[in-house]
Amino acid sequence: MVQLTLPNNSKVKKGKTWPKPEGANAKALREFRVYRYDPDSGENPRWDTYFVDMDRCGPMVLDALFFIKNEIDSTLAFRRSCREGICGSCSMNIAGRNTIACTKAIADDKGVITIAPLPHQPVIKDLIPDLTNFYAQLTSIQPWLQTETPTPQGEWRQSPQDREELDGLYECILCASCSTACPSYWWNSDKYLGPAALLQAYRWIADSRDEATGERLDALEDPFKLYRCHTIMNCAQVCPKGLNPAKAIGKIKELMVERQT
Amino acid sequence: MASSIAHRMSGVVNYIGAMLVTAWLVALASGPEAYAIVETVMAGPLATLVKLALIGFTLSLVYHLLNGVRHLAWDLGLGFDPKGSNTRSILIFIAAIAITAGIWVLAGGLI
Repeated sequence: MVQLTLPNNSKVKKGKTWPKPEGANAKALREFRVYRYDPDSGENPRWDTYFVDMDRCGPMVLDALFFIKNEIDSTLAFRRSCREGICGSCSMNIAGRNTIACTKAIADDKGVITIAPLPHQPVIKDLIPDLTNFYAQLTSIQPWLQTETPTPQGEWRQSPQDREELDGLYECILCASCSTACPSYWWNSDKYLGPAALLQAYRWIADSRDEATGERLDALEDPFKLYRCHTIMNCAQVCPKGLNPAKAIGKIKELMVERQT
Repeated sequence: MASSIAHRMSGVVNYIGAMLVTAWLVALASGPEAYAIVETVMAGPLATLVKLALIGFTLSLVYHLLNGVRHLAWDLGLGFDPKGSNTRSILIFIAAIAITAGIWVLAGGLI
């Protein structure tokens, strides 16, 4: 249920301010406030302040994190892999908005940039959230092709028009920015599947080759799994790939009504 | 997100407001003695507060109605674009205030 304040051991304290990089032009310094949490220390999380020398740093927020880790504080932990917006590893809350650090330009924001882990998820360390529940929910919608007709000799054929139905769905990189930006998901993530898993659910429902549409809809016919979506639209606002989970969920709801008539 | 919260809040206000208006109508139907109590409250030291509450209730009703139309459109699969959706959120806030002001001016309650 709704929990508006953090438990005592999660309250974020003021952290330390790390020294400015040596020999940097004062005008080229950007200030970052980064959420730090170390489960081994037993201390509360804290906001640490870092200064990044933009003359020696790439344009993206992920570059700034690398600068901090390589030049200032090697204990900072964050996930990253492809650095080009395709793996979904470096999703975090930057300047109050969930996105992926590798495609988020530092120049997009003025002043101090805050960096926190994805909201409302257990934190493993610093910027690394525990997404176990998120992945389990994705598994629960069975995101693979299900068929009854005998497997053809070649590939499963699909017309270009049917393939177009999957545009805006298949591009999801499962970074969890949308689900962790959704208030419904914050309050009911144990029962509500959330925008990312539902977008994937619709991706398979909309696939002309898939033959389990009825079963898929049956599995979603639930007051919580699907219908906790109240079209708040945060998912579509934050998606770093420009996808629209709210619309996909709307389409699932439409199909639910259609099959009753 | 603000628009979704406002929709919920106005829903709760509509609920409470409808009960108060019902109490008012029941008092009216129960005869002069019962209605005299309402009159006393309305004209008493709480008069301004009652009026503000009524204006707030009107705003809440109008807002919930306008935003409800948006929810109908969403159920028809329309209006899911994030940018347009943001713009419409702001327009609905402005329209709700304008229509509420209009209703109260027409009813002569603001003069």
